[in-house]
Amino acid sequence: MLILECPYCGVKAEETELAAGGEAHLKRYGPGSSDDEFHDYLFMRENPKGVHFERWRHANGCGKWFHAARCTMTLEVFGTYTAQTSVPTQEILDKIAAKRPGWTWREFADGKK
Amino acid sequence: MSKAVSVLNGARFSGLATVEDAGLQGMITLRGDLGSKALKAAVKAATGAGVPAQGSISVAENGAAAWMSPDELLLLVPYEDAVAKTAEVAEALKGEHALAVNVSDARAFFRLSGEGAREVLGKVSPVDFDAAAFKPGQFRRSRLAQVAGAFWLNEDGSFYIVCFRSVGEYVFKLLSAGAHPQSKVGVY
Ligand SMILES: [Zn+2]
Repeated sequence: MLILECPYCGVKAEETELAAGGEAHLKRYGPGSSDDEFHDYLFMRENPKGVHFERWRHANGCGKWFHAARCTMTLEVFGTYTAQTSVPTQEILDKIAAKRPGWTWREFADGKK
Repeated sequence: MSKAVSVLNGARFSGLATVEDAGLQGMITLRGDLGSKALKAAVKAATGAGVPAQGSISVAENGAAAWMSPDELLLLVPYEDAVAKTAEVAEALKGEHALAVNVSDARAFFRLSGEGAREVLGKVSPVDFDAAAFKPGQFRRSRLAQVAGAFWLNEDGSFYIVCFRSVGEYVFKLLSAGAHPQSKVGVY
C-alpha cells in the first residue's frame, strides 16, 4: 500500500485516492525539435529499481497534481512536493542522499545540484 | 417553474447508522484566491462564515464554507437563496480572478448519524475515522467506494455527505448496505 501526503491539502492519501501520472520532470520536445528528441520525449522512460520521481494527482481529493520521490524497491517515500517546479526540492535531494548514498536518476545524482 | 426535489426525496435507512437524504441544500462552488480580502468578505456576506482553514469547514447559523482545495471553497446556503447568493458573490468578486457557480441541483446531500456512523463511512472511504484522527469540523474530499464524495463531521457525531447528484442513489444504497444491521465490524 502506497501512502503519499498531498502537498496541497496535507491529506495522507492512500493509493486509491490518487491517480498515477507517470515519470516526473519530463522536458517537452515539440515543434522544431529533432526526430530523436521527440522520440525520446515520447517513449524513453526511466525504469529504476530504487530512487524514482513521479507525478501523481490527488484525483479523489483536491484534484491537484504534485510530485513524489520514492523508492520503487522498498516503497519508501522520500517526500512529496509541488508540481510548480522542474527540479526536486533541495530538502528532498538531501533526504535521498542521506538514505541512498550514490544514487542517480536521469540528470539528477547524489551530490549534484 | 417545476418543483425542486432532492435526489431521493427524503429516503431513509436505519441500521448500524441512520442514512438520510438530507434534502435540498444550496451549494455554491467558489474558486479564487482564498487569501484575498474581497473573497473573504464575499464568503462572509454569503454564508456568515469565515474562510475555513485547510481541511475544515466553518459553520455559521445560516450557512457554511468548506475547504475543497487551495483555491476552491464549497459554500452552503439555504436552497432558496442559492441563485441570488451566487450572483451576489460573483458581483462582489468582479475584477478578481474568481468564479462562483450554483451547483445545488448537481449535488446530492446525505446525513449519516448514530453510533455506527464512523464505521459505516469507514467501510466505503480510505480515511482514518478514529475519534482522535477525524474530529468535528474536519472536512474531507475523498471517495465513497467507486465515486467521489466529500464529508464533514458535526459536533453531534453525525456526518454530512456531499456527492454528485448523478450518483446519489448509488451512494445512498452504498451507505445503507454498509449500515446493514448484521454487518458490524466494531473498529471505531
Ligand atoms: Zn490534495
